[in-house]
Amino acid sequence: MSEALQELSSHIGEAAGGLVASADIAYGELTLKTDGARVIELLTFLRDDVQCGFVNLVDICGVDWPARAERFDVVYHLLSPRQNQRIRVKVATGEDQPVPSACSVYPGADWFEREAYDMYGILFTGHPDLRRILTDYGFEGHPLRKDFPTTGFVEVRYNDEVKRVVYEPVELKQEFRNFDFLSPWEGTDYVLPGDEKAKTN
Amino acid sequence: MNEHNVRNFNINFGPQHPAAHGVLRLVLELDGEIVERVDPHIGLLHRGTEKLIETKTYLQAVPYFDRLDYVAPMNQEHAFALAVEKLTGTEVPIRGQLIRVLYSEIGRILSHLLNVTTQAMDVGALTPPLWGFEEREKLMVFYERACGARMHAAYVRPGGVHQDLPHELVEDIGKWIDPFLKTVDEIEVLLTDNRIFKQRNVDIGVVKLEDAWAWGFSGVMVRGSGAAWDLRRSQPYECYSELDFDIPIGKNGDCYDRYLIRMIEMRESAKIMRQCVNRLLGDAKVGPVSSIDGKMVPPKRGQMKRSMEALIHHFKLYTEGYHVPAGEVYAAVEAPKGEFGVYVVADGTNKPYRCKIRAPGYAHLQAMDFICRGHQLADVSAILGSLDIVFGEVDR
Repeated sequence: MSEALQELSSHIGEAAGGLVASADIAYGELTLKTDGARVIELLTFLRDDVQCGFVNLVDICGVDWPARAERFDVVYHLLSPRQNQRIRVKVATGEDQPVPSACSVYPGADWFEREAYDMYGILFTGHPDLRRILTDYGFEGHPLRKDFPTTGFVEVRYNDEVKRVVYEPVELKQEFRNFDFLSPWEGTDYVLPGDEKAKTN
Repeated sequence: MNEHNVRNFNINFGPQHPAAHGVLRLVLELDGEIVERVDPHIGLLHRGTEKLIETKTYLQAVPYFDRLDYVAPMNQEHAFALAVEKLTGTEVPIRGQLIRVLYSEIGRILSHLLNVTTQAMDVGALTPPLWGFEEREKLMVFYERACGARMHAAYVRPGGVHQDLPHELVEDIGKWIDPFLKTVDEIEVLLTDNRIFKQRNVDIGVVKLEDAWAWGFSGVMVRGSGAAWDLRRSQPYECYSELDFDIPIGKNGDCYDRYLIRMIEMRESAKIMRQCVNRLLGDAKVGPVSSIDGKMVPPKRGQMKRSMEALIHHFKLYTEGYHVPAGEVYAAVEAPKGEFGVYVVADGTNKPYRCKIRAPGYAHLQAMDFICRGHQLADVSAILGSLDIVFGEVDR
């Protein structure tokens, strides 16, 4: 399996080396990194090249890394039924830095990109209909961002007096508990008092 | 009426409609009875599963997967377990693998029984669901006897399965197979050559293979269009490569072919189940059902009474959980509805940094507009039924 992946990786490196920033294999999966300007060309190459044949778009999703300058990753998963291989393409992008839409290459990219926009606020240029998809009509914010609270901001209920559903700020009977189980005994980023002596002879 | 007054007619299909298979709102633009445009509005069942999983440990994330495709719960858990096992490099013992395969196939039959019979109901047949649900009830009892819950199992866990199966249960599952095959025959007599059923399904919702791939289809949807593609065969996981079963494929890519494939797949699943039952009562009658790595799989109650180390492990695993090495993996299983994938990004802590759930129904539903264009209004429910949509997994 990994020999075939190596072969595929070197083939992509030779035929479309200019489109790929880096290629690495981890856990038996090949990941290509590229940037927004070259991603459509790369996806088209992966789909049309005879030795790739990644005709099936499996998934597009976002990942949020708030500490980075370009905080989002857009991750494309592709499948080649002919070569029986999977590949992952990653593009880093920022909050106000759009990525070209893959709808022209794979029509199935439509909803996946809408979902990434809805959940993270990643913008896609050239998308036919970039609306929210999973959240409520009129929802504000992008819920899968790391700075969005898990409990959200508003809650809904049916108000019997006004005879309709009303939105109210969320009120918690108990604070949302997110326990920090990371033990200070294994791997803190600071030095525990007295630990510096362990290193000296 | 002169020509200026002719305009397209918009109707709302759902969100509460028996043929919508859940909470789907379809905005249909009609020209007479011909569908011009379909705009599915989804998300009415959105629960934020992916966000919730990010705040839970790996073990606590498992029950969320039952609630995705709630007609075949264990297949989803299986995908998550495979992803975590890939990251941690865990091996599952053979008895555990056989139990997983056995219950995955039970899940497949559960899902196909529901889909085939309710699709028949969408096109006007009332008897198949009554016969199909009787068998589903028996399968639910097998779920209950294995894990204590009819649907929300939390049974397939990273490292193996939660508990061993009693031998009587395995024997009962073996005894269930033959009567079930007879029920499949009976349902088939009702539907396969039924004139009305064929009128409503043959040549309806035809998908060409290249379109099926480009729209991100998987599972029955690509097999119906003629691709010999099944992850159980092409990218085998667990012990599927040791088992003997066939992959049915269609010729025309229409609703009728997809129905036929589901019927054959139920028989093939029964065949796989029989092999699993034989092995679970034969060469794999005893043995561990989950990994024996004490840092990942909690100890049994009996061990905890005697061993201090087991007690400590139990406490640590149910509070802090295990840490998963940093990295990213994509693991997929052939769920009844297609390729169900889980993309996990781990950052080395006890919680997933990101867990993207790739549901097959999501990709299938977005092609509604593409497939339904030019069909009659009545075909919309037939097509929707044959896409096999369950809103738990589409909306997540």
